[in-house]
Amino acid sequence: MTLEATRSTPGAQTSAILSALASTERPAPPSALSTSLTFGWRALLKIKHVPEQLIDVTIFPVMFTLLFTFLFGGALAGSTEEYIQFLLPGILVQGVIMITMYTGTTLRTDIEKGVFDRFRSLPIWRPSALVGMLLGDAVRFTISSLVTLTLGLLLGWRPGGGVVGVALGVLLLLVFAFALGWIWTFLSLLLRTSQSVMGASMLVITPLTFGSNIFVDPATMPGWLQAFVEVNPVTHLVTAVRSLMGGVDAGGSITLTLVWAAALVAVFGSLTMWRYRDAH
Amino acid sequence: MTDLAIETHGLVKTFGATRAVDGVDLEIPRGGVHGFLGPNGAGKTTTIHMLATLSTPDAGTARVLGYDVVHESREVRRRVSLTGQFASVDEDLTGRENLRLLGRLFGYTGGAATRRADELLAAFGLTEAATQQVKKYSGGMRRRIDIAASIVVTPELLFLDEPTTGLDPRSRNEVWDIVRAMVACGTTVLLTTQYLDEADQLADRISVIDRGKVIAEGSSSELKASVGSGSLHVRVMHPADRDAARDVLERELGVEVRTQADPAALDANVESPALATRALTALDASGLRLAQFSLGQPTLDEVFLALTGHHADAAPTTGATGTTTTQEDAA
Repeated sequence: MTLEATRSTPGAQTSAILSALASTERPAPPSALSTSLTFGWRALLKIKHVPEQLIDVTIFPVMFTLLFTFLFGGALAGSTEEYIQFLLPGILVQGVIMITMYTGTTLRTDIEKGVFDRFRSLPIWRPSALVGMLLGDAVRFTISSLVTLTLGLLLGWRPGGGVVGVALGVLLLLVFAFALGWIWTFLSLLLRTSQSVMGASMLVITPLTFGSNIFVDPATMPGWLQAFVEVNPVTHLVTAVRSLMGGVDAGGSITLTLVWAAALVAVFGSLTMWRYRDAH
Repeated sequence: MTDLAIETHGLVKTFGATRAVDGVDLEIPRGGVHGFLGPNGAGKTTTIHMLATLSTPDAGTARVLGYDVVHESREVRRRVSLTGQFASVDEDLTGRENLRLLGRLFGYTGGAATRRADELLAAFGLTEAATQQVKKYSGGMRRRIDIAASIVVTPELLFLDEPTTGLDPRSRNEVWDIVRAMVACGTTVLLTTQYLDEADQLADRISVIDRGKVIAEGSSSELKASVGSGSLHVRVMHPADRDAARDVLERELGVEVRTQADPAALDANVESPALATRALTALDASGLRLAQFSLGQPTLDEVFLALTGHHADAAPTTGATGTTTTQEDAA
């Protein structure tokens, strides 16, 4: 009220805004697939603007592959070259599963900044913001996989399944990672801070990855641990990926992995959407 | 089609033991700006989250533009839009990318989304900043991109959240002009604010909300009538003179004169400017020197005091409102 003198000349701007508002165009509502892909595009734009987020997907797999190959190679398999034939598909799985964790913290940050409130207020298929985010993450997982595979080849890994087997293995891994992502989206809607999401994720991921057949054959483990490893979905995934890449029969492990993935989406997808309705 | 933009009955939202919204009844007609005035934590944001279908009421009903917010939430979402603190844009993306993203989500094809984004950027004076990340925007630019993002498809009802908090006077006037332009186009605006003068500038009617309840409703002149025509703020040159000055003012004005946290400041509601002039003359005659004085609109805090008997910021931040107002006056 005291500063009328500083008023800008509103004329030109106001009329531009008026004409922008006058557009009564209401495009036809987009499909669920279209909005999901649009959110996937948003995730790619974020990688473009914040390329630092690719550091983890490149450093994690390199670190894991080098550490575990040279740490255990001599002791477990006689030589690192022997061991990497066994370890590489498993360490590929471990690297990607570790990175899926960031999905939860990213979502938490987005919610805290209020970006998701806008998305939730739009007349679109509600899960599409989350589906799109997980689709965008698939790009990060693919980069991580390519880094691990390249390093493995340099260290002497020779997959018997050839290019097709390796590609199918990566594809199965991506499907499972997408399904696993719903656990993190649910946790990040349940817990209030990024730190607690991170902490809870570690509690889930550590037994899932280490309590599996990634590093060693479970035959030498005590019975109770073998029982856990047997039901751990990561074990089935690793068996399937190892068989596909090695060019041997995967048995029922592929089906089991896909059933697990479907179950994860059904359970944690529903839980996520139930929390998402009231997220804040 | 109903002529009410918003209609609620006994709306309640609880968080644990706190009743953040405690039985809100609203009847807001279509068209114009309706002000939602209250301090932080009064329940404004929680109420608007329910109206915008972002959270579900624990009790009561709400209809927005004739649609139930729980059972017809999709119809509501097609017609309303949110800005600012209610719903942010993505700071990592550029202004143009944010608008294109929303355009695509509303169903524009790639080319049409880009055209709409560029049209809005131009209208809001953001063409030059189109390819900058939003996190690099100034406060005024940020507010404009927030509003632009809310009208990618023209909404029937816009929830506008504290649109000018922290803005310099020039940007504030720009935002006010934008709001007036939207109203001229037929959009109904629900404006939340902590500033009475902002509600005064823009709103046709105001609901005052406190502790989860609507405690008063009316035009700004009706609300101000409840606290007198204005308030006199005085700062004495020497804090030691304050008590003497207070006695003189109370005698001349015939109302209670309040002391502020500032050891030199006093303020009081006055019936008329003439009375204030007489009181100032009396101060001068008693040889009490003043550093400054002003006769202004009652602040939100004064309206609150008059309506509720307690300060607007009953929470720990006593004095925060006063400080903000002073800075604004000084600007």
